[in-house]
Amino acid sequence: MRDNVLMREALREALDEEMARDERVFLMGEDIADPMGGSYKITLGLSTKYGKHRVRNTPISEIAIVGAGVGAAITGMRPVAEIMYVDFLEVAMDQVVSQAAKIRYMSGGQLSVPLVIRCQGGPGRSAAAQHSQMLEAWFFHVPGLKVVMPSTPYDAKGLLKAAIRDDNPVIFFEQNGLYNTRGPVPDPGEDYTVPLGKADIKREGKDVTIVAYAQMTLFALQAAEQLAKEDGVEAEVVDLRTVSPWDKETVLRSFRKTGALVVAHQAVRQGGVGAEIAATVYEEALDLVDVEIARVGAKFAPTPFAPHLERYVIPGKDEIVAAVRTTLERGGRFGAVGQAAAQRAGAV
Amino acid sequence: MELLRVIDGEGRPLREAPCTDEDARALLERMIFLRAFDERAVALQRQGRIGTYAPYRGMEACQAGAASALSPEDWLLPTYRDHGAAMIHGLPVEEALAYWAGRVESYRAPAEVNVFPPAVPIATQIPHAAGIGWGLRRAGSAAAVLCFFGDGATSEGDFHEGINFAGVFRAPVVFFCQNNGYAISVPFSRQTAAASIAVRAAGYGIAGERVDGNDALAVLDAVRRALQRAREGGGPTLIEALTYRVGPHTTSDDPSRYRDPEEAQRLALGDPLERLRRYLAGRGAWDEADEARAQEAARARVAAAVRAVEAMAPPDPADIFAHVYGAEPLFFQEQRRRFLAELESAARPGAGGPAARGPAPGGAAGGPAVRTEGGGR
Repeated sequence: MRDNVLMREALREALDEEMARDERVFLMGEDIADPMGGSYKITLGLSTKYGKHRVRNTPISEIAIVGAGVGAAITGMRPVAEIMYVDFLEVAMDQVVSQAAKIRYMSGGQLSVPLVIRCQGGPGRSAAAQHSQMLEAWFFHVPGLKVVMPSTPYDAKGLLKAAIRDDNPVIFFEQNGLYNTRGPVPDPGEDYTVPLGKADIKREGKDVTIVAYAQMTLFALQAAEQLAKEDGVEAEVVDLRTVSPWDKETVLRSFRKTGALVVAHQAVRQGGVGAEIAATVYEEALDLVDVEIARVGAKFAPTPFAPHLERYVIPGKDEIVAAVRTTLERGGRFGAVGQAAAQRAGAV
Repeated sequence: MELLRVIDGEGRPLREAPCTDEDARALLERMIFLRAFDERAVALQRQGRIGTYAPYRGMEACQAGAASALSPEDWLLPTYRDHGAAMIHGLPVEEALAYWAGRVESYRAPAEVNVFPPAVPIATQIPHAAGIGWGLRRAGSAAAVLCFFGDGATSEGDFHEGINFAGVFRAPVVFFCQNNGYAISVPFSRQTAAASIAVRAAGYGIAGERVDGNDALAVLDAVRRALQRAREGGGPTLIEALTYRVGPHTTSDDPSRYRDPEEAQRLALGDPLERLRRYLAGRGAWDEADEARAQEAARARVAAAVRAVEAMAPPDPADIFAHVYGAEPLFFQEQRRRFLAELESAARPGAGGPAARGPAPGGAAGGPAVRTEGGGR
C-alpha cells in the first residue's frame, strides 16, 4: 500500500492494469494518445505502451465516440470512451440514453453494451457556464445506465476497474477538482475492485448523516470536523461513490441511527440526485417520528466565469455546515447534542 | 454521378448480370416473399391485429438485393423499414412480425445471425456500424458490416460523424442509403442542396456509388463489390440506391396529403419485382408455374408466422423489467418484487384497481416506437 498517490495516477493505473489484464479493453477519445495523453493526462503513456490501435485518438465527434463505442462493445470489445468534458456529453445524449442504455432491452437481452464513458468536469476552476456543469442527474434518471463518481484515489481506481468489468454502460464521472488530491492506494498490480452500487462511510457519527459524492465528500468531511469542534456535533459522512444505482441500504441504516439527513452535491439543487435521496429516505422512514432532512446544491443559475461569483453559486463546506446547523436547530436537537451548540448559537 | 443499372425499366439487360440465372431466381423468390409479408402486415394492421407498421413496398430490390450480398458472419444494421433485409439475412419471420405486434421478445436474432435491433430514431445506427466494424477488425474477423438508412438520415449529425469516423479508421462498413424520395412528407430536395447522396463520399475520402435501387441485380452487384472492398481493407463505401416509397411512411400516414399520386409513374423506376421477372422470363428462366409456386410458398411462410405470433401467450408483466441491466442492481430487483406483489394482491378476489384485470392484451414494453403523425422519419 502506498499512502500518497495522486487521483490522476490512480485512474491511469486502473486503465493500465485493465488493458494488461484484458486484450478487449481499448481506449478512444479526443487527444488521448501520446504525446498529449489526454487533456488531463489521465491516459499519458498508455498509447506508447499499448499502441495506437488500443489508445485511439478520434475526430472531434462525441456522437461517434459514444456510438462507435456502443458498436464495438456489442461485438465483445470493452471500450473505454473518454469525453473531454461532461458538458460535451450533451452532444451525444441520444447515443447514451436511447442507444447505449436501451440496446440490451431492445434486443431482448441478445446484446449487451459493456461500455465505460469516462468524462470529467465540475466547478471551482473559473471555467464558466459551458465547462463546469455537474450533469450526473441527467444520467441518474435513465434506467439501464450506471453512474460512478469517486471521491478518493483508492475508490477511483477500484471503481474504474469494476466499471470496465461491468456488463452495463457506465458513466464514470471524474471531478477535475480531485485530480490532484492524494490518498492511499494499493501497490500497482495488486488487483482490487470497489463494487459499483456500494456506498462507503467515510466518517462515523451519531448526530446527523451527511450524504455526498465526488468532491463534495471532501467538503462534507471538512464540515464534519468543523461541526465536531465548534458544535460538538458528530456527523456521519456517507460517500455514495456510485450515484446510480445508489446504496439505499447504507444511507437508510445511517439515517436510522442519526435521525437527521443532509444530502449535499455541487450540481444544481433543483431536480438533483439529492432530491431523490431526500424523498426516498422520507418515504422509507415514515415510521420515525422525529425526522429532519435538508438538501444542499447549487443555485439555479449558470456557473459564473468570475471566481468570486462562482463561489456564490456553488456550495462547499460552509453551506454543508450551515445546513446541518439549520436542520438540527429545526429539529430542536441542539439540546441533545450538547452545550457546545448552545454556546455557538449564543456566540452568533 | 453515373447511375448503375444492370436491367432497364422493362427488364431488358443493359450489361452482364452479376450472378447466374439460378441466383437471380432465388433473388426474385425472396422479393416475392418480402412483398407477401408486407401486404399481409398492412392487412393485419388494418384489422387491428398488429400495431403501427412501416411498409417497404417498392423497395424490395434494395432490401433483398443488398442483404443477398451478405455472408452469414456479416452484420446487418436495419432501420424500422428494413425488416425485409433482416429476414433475408436470417431474422426469423416470426420475430419480424412479433416486433410489429409489440412483443418484448421480438426481433431476437438467433446467436449466429448478426442482425442489430432496428434503429427507430434516425441515423443512430451509423456510428454503431463504424464501431462494429472496428470491433470485428480488432477481433481478426473477416466479416463486414452493412448499414441501412434513408435519405432523411443523411441530414443528421450521426450520419456525418459516423461516416467520417469509419473513413478515418477504414472500418469495414458498407453504408447503404435507400433514397426513397421522402422523409415522411419532406421530399429529398429539402434534405440537401446536393444532387445526390453518393457524391458526398468524396468529402469523406471514401468510395461512393449510385445505383438504381429498383434493379435488384444492380443493388446486388454494388453491395457485393463494396463488401469485398471492406473485407480487403479498402475501407467503407457509401452506396445510394435510388428507389421510391410507394406506400405511406407508416400505416398512420396518408401520403396523398403531400404528394402527387402520379409522381411514381413519372420517376419511371418501375416495379422491382416486375423488372426482375421480365428479365428472367426473357432468358427462359421464369414462367407462370414458377410464379405460382413462389407465391404459394411465400403466402404459406407468412401465414405460419402469423399463426405463431397470434398463438404467443400474453406478455408477462414481469417483462417490463427484463433485460434492462446485466447483473441487476438490488434496488432494481426490489422494484420487480414490489410490482409483482402489488399485482398479486390486486388480483385477489375483492381487490380492485387496474392491475386486477391482469396483463394488458397485445403489446408490452419494448415494441416498435415508430412515431406516427407528426414524428418519425
